[in-house]
Amino acid sequence: MIEFKNVTKTYGPTTVLDDLSFSIESGEFAVLIGPSGCGKTTTLRTINRLSQPTSGTVFIDGEDVMASNAVELRRKIGYVIQQIGLFPNMTVAQNIGVVPALLKYPKEEIDQIVRDLLALVEMPYEENSHKYPSELSGGQQQRIGVLRALAASPPIVLMDEPFGALDPVTRDGLQKEIKKIQKKLKKTIVFVTHDMDEAIRLADQIYFMDHGKIIQQGSPEEILHKPANDVVKSFMGKRVNGASTTPLLAEELMKSRVWTVDKHIQTLRSIRQMEKREVNSLIVVDDDESFLGTVSIEAIKERGKAGMEIASLVDSNALTVNRKDNGREALDKLLASEFNYVVVLNDDHSVAGLITRTSTAKAMGEALWGEM
Amino acid sequence: MATIMKHGPELLISLGQHITLTLAAVGMGIIIAVPLAILLTRHKKLAPVVLALASTIQTIPGLVMLGLALVISGVGVKPALFVLTIYSILPVLQNTYTGINEVLPAYKDAAKGLGMTKSQVLMKVELPLALPAMASGVRISAVYIVSWATLAGMVGAGGLGDWIWTGLSTYNTTYILFGAVPSALLAVLLSTGFGALESALTPRGMRRTS
Repeated sequence: MIEFKNVTKTYGPTTVLDDLSFSIESGEFAVLIGPSGCGKTTTLRTINRLSQPTSGTVFIDGEDVMASNAVELRRKIGYVIQQIGLFPNMTVAQNIGVVPALLKYPKEEIDQIVRDLLALVEMPYEENSHKYPSELSGGQQQRIGVLRALAASPPIVLMDEPFGALDPVTRDGLQKEIKKIQKKLKKTIVFVTHDMDEAIRLADQIYFMDHGKIIQQGSPEEILHKPANDVVKSFMGKRVNGASTTPLLAEELMKSRVWTVDKHIQTLRSIRQMEKREVNSLIVVDDDESFLGTVSIEAIKERGKAGMEIASLVDSNALTVNRKDNGREALDKLLASEFNYVVVLNDDHSVAGLITRTSTAKAMGEALWGEM
Repeated sequence: MATIMKHGPELLISLGQHITLTLAAVGMGIIIAVPLAILLTRHKKLAPVVLALASTIQTIPGLVMLGLALVISGVGVKPALFVLTIYSILPVLQNTYTGINEVLPAYKDAAKGLGMTKSQVLMKVELPLALPAMASGVRISAVYIVSWATLAGMVGAGGLGDWIWTGLSTYNTTYILFGAVPSALLAVLLSTGFGALESALTPRGMRRTS
């Protein structure tokens, strides 16, 4: 477990970390996220003592990191940085084996580690071990960067925006791989990013930082559902479900282009209308455009006569809600009934729209992913 | 031709002296400059002062320096070696200093973060990455010293300079050429030789693929 207790870091007048207290469980994929300058990288670098707190303490499994030898501490913690972290003068095998070599592992053991790790990311040993970083693609380089951090089997791995410089497709692949590796090897990973998609994808716990403080900590679901403040919310962009802060309204779930018919329309004509629109009922409105009810094709067949106005066949039991009503209640009504739609009314009782299963799905999609 | 045959052995001896003097001076220069440069990268405030001082020394004419050395330590190889060593320091110093400074911070950060001690960062990362720049400093220095070494003849340190000085004082063009041509050739040869060494020292992963 990694534990921060009242950690403060100042550079002159600037406070980078502001009385930070939180803990990361063992085996957790912890993602530190926040706007630039929020202190996430400094937080990360405090764990392996690349940055020293002005006050406060960081504990790893109950031990104060400042009490340990910095060099030995770092050899026990994997470290991956953005881009060019691989030593250009060393081969792939030498790069991966850097930490085991520092720890004076026997040569055969280092070689075995290199083989095992390359197999983990499906880069054949024979083909890759003697290459230099400059001979690899960006994605391959960062794979090796990750392997280098894992080589001495550290229980904790720190990653500072490791995939920030990669193209989206490569990044996607590496995110899957790192998640797979983390689960397989049961590592505690502390991962810094400014990409919310990446955080949502990888994290067990997200630690959202701003101005040197953690302003929200929780699972991706919790943060998506209830962003603590506007900064978090704006960071999530359109991923945030609006319902969590302002309830989704009925009008947001409806489709507004609705076909209504006058109550004076005659039966045969209304059947014609239904056929043309491929529906089995019509929304009927009064002379003042206010909602009267619905008329179904069955009702016309059973009770209707040719030339008869449909007014007398109107069923007024249709589900209705006001457009400002809670969308969730409207949806509950729809799902609990045998009706295929809920009629949404304006304050003057005229028809504003219809909520159907399709319109709901579309509205949900938009709330999650933006305009569809 | 006959003159060459006649003076051949002497000329060879002078050439040998010249090369020895040059390599000795450059070697001493490296021994002094490299640790000094490393020190300067660790004490950045000191660096501009020391580098400025070294550049200033470099602008003092060789003859003046030789004269001073002569006064202090008398005639012979000693003053010549002393002066040439001083001149060989600057190029190596400058190139080593900038070479180490220009190692990308990301490499140093990674090295430190992986648990290298300061000296391991230096030996495994900074120096290997600065090596091409350092080698180029040594090459500049060697070419420079080959020509300065002709002055050494003046203080009785031997070398190809002897021939030039003798030729000048006796208006003997042949002697002048005996000194001048080999030293010019030597300069070219050393430049190519060290150039090859430079690319050999560049880690394979850092060479530009052609």
